[in-house]
Amino acid sequence: MTQNYLDLRAATEARDRSLRSKVMTLEKATEIVQDGDHIAIGGCTASRTPLAMIWALIRAKKNDLSISRSIVSTEGDLLFGSGICDHIITSWFSQGIVWGISKVMRSYTETKRAKFEEWSHMSLGLRYRAGAMGIPFMPTRAMMGSDVANQLENLREIECPFTGDKLLLVPALNPDVALIHVQRCDEYGNAQIDGLQFMDLDLAMAANKVILTTENIVSNDQIRRRPDQTKIPFLTVDAVVEVPYGAAPHECYGMYEPFFKHMDDYADLTKDDPDNGVAKYLDRYYYEPSNWPEYLSLLGVEQMLDATRRGRSIYDV
Amino acid sequence: MMSEELPYSASEMLSVMSGRLLTDGQTVFAGVGIPLLAATLAQRIHGPGITILFEGGTLGPFVVPGELPASTNEQRCTRRANMLLSITDVLLLLQRGYVDVGFMGGAQIDRYGNLNSSFIGSPENPSVRLPGTGGGNDISSLTQMIVAIKHEKRRFVEKVDFVTSPGFLTGNSTRHDTGLISGGMYRVVTDLAIMGFDEMTKSMKVEALHPGVTAEEVRDNTGFDILIGKDVSVTKAPTDEELSVLRHLDPDRVYIA
Repeated sequence: MTQNYLDLRAATEARDRSLRSKVMTLEKATEIVQDGDHIAIGGCTASRTPLAMIWALIRAKKNDLSISRSIVSTEGDLLFGSGICDHIITSWFSQGIVWGISKVMRSYTETKRAKFEEWSHMSLGLRYRAGAMGIPFMPTRAMMGSDVANQLENLREIECPFTGDKLLLVPALNPDVALIHVQRCDEYGNAQIDGLQFMDLDLAMAANKVILTTENIVSNDQIRRRPDQTKIPFLTVDAVVEVPYGAAPHECYGMYEPFFKHMDDYADLTKDDPDNGVAKYLDRYYYEPSNWPEYLSLLGVEQMLDATRRGRSIYDV
Repeated sequence: MMSEELPYSASEMLSVMSGRLLTDGQTVFAGVGIPLLAATLAQRIHGPGITILFEGGTLGPFVVPGELPASTNEQRCTRRANMLLSITDVLLLLQRGYVDVGFMGGAQIDRYGNLNSSFIGSPENPSVRLPGTGGGNDISSLTQMIVAIKHEKRRFVEKVDFVTSPGFLTGNSTRHDTGLISGGMYRVVTDLAIMGFDEMTKSMKVEALHPGVTAEEVRDNTGFDILIGKDVSVTKAPTDEELSVLRHLDPDRVYIA
């Protein structure tokens, strides 16, 4: 995943980086992801998770993906449970503190059917940043002396050539594809993100390709009225897919909070028999619906309205 | 352990006692749950100038009572904040030296204040795979730490199964020698006592007992030979004001049950 610099540049130079429309369907966007790719997921925990794109990749039955994300929530369960991924690189992996430890993550990792590769949150962030900067590593003062570092193979400790301080070097991470969900963008991929940015800009700049899903496609004129609000440069973007409620049942800042009842029900469903629970969930919500609106109607209007009311309340200050 | 008749829960005790350790004007990197409650309680009672940082990227929020966030990464964390940064940048504030105190919980802690939130049992064949470090390793590598944790023998162990977040490693100067030249464990707060660390050996020692708790009880609930000085003090029981502020912040008792 740390790529040869000239290869990385060549791949970037080979992309059409012109100001052109990149709008496509979820299904078409899945073709950008190749079996065996390393995919970075934007957002964090249950926030701005690109769930619609993950939903489409699971339905497209991709193979042998590895995944990284700052913090992984229920999407990690579903990636393991669907069999499209058996290796997740992250700093923390469970549905969320209030729901306890993910039983699906436990089941898959404790039986060694899948790997949860643990990095400290900042070191993973620095890996993406190094990737975004086009350099092969970043030094950090964290993680030394811990078993988190001892378990990882891809680290080097050095003495700083200027100060003599001990530093840990973490390798750049240049994902094959980054999946990022935003509140709005134009057809070219100029993306505006409200609220917490997480690691999304570094992801976009580090990745070889970027698939943006958006609640809403707006005009390029609207983007140009407030260019200071654009957080992802269109140059990095390869696909734009408009998907309302594209992070549901997770949250999208200012638009909807998590669908808490659905999240509670999911935790219940996977509690006693995680393998069957996640399989049932995938059947009902991932494989059976014929399209995204049908998925949303299974989540239900009542929960959607409740999540939306809570989400919009961020602006009631 | 806490007897049933006490007018407060163990979690309330943890929140109050750890909140009192913060001083006005400090910058505090807090996890959700008890650390957030304790930092917010301190803001309301004695430290209006305390700045809270959340791992999700929030600088200086004031959480809304009854709408406590379930993670440090969601919109509820951003209420009335001064700024939203990227995750990497907010964590880099720790490395740059802007944070006075890191404040978190943990599943398992040992004599030298090392925390485990990764594996119960051996990492190769764990009996439980835990959720992992998150920013815990970064925070404990880079700043002074306060840990709030329930005082149980299974949590206070001679040696943690896995060092997720480094304390003083194997004591003496081993933390410094490994390259962690700043930060370190400051206090461990439990429902029984407040612990610090011996200046030389870096072994955990009891600084103060909570009202009605004996040194014996602390020993009985600790899985290693804990130092207890002759001059340990006794903490003041949670006040009505502290308890009412806490219950106002968490009316559904999500975290203080």
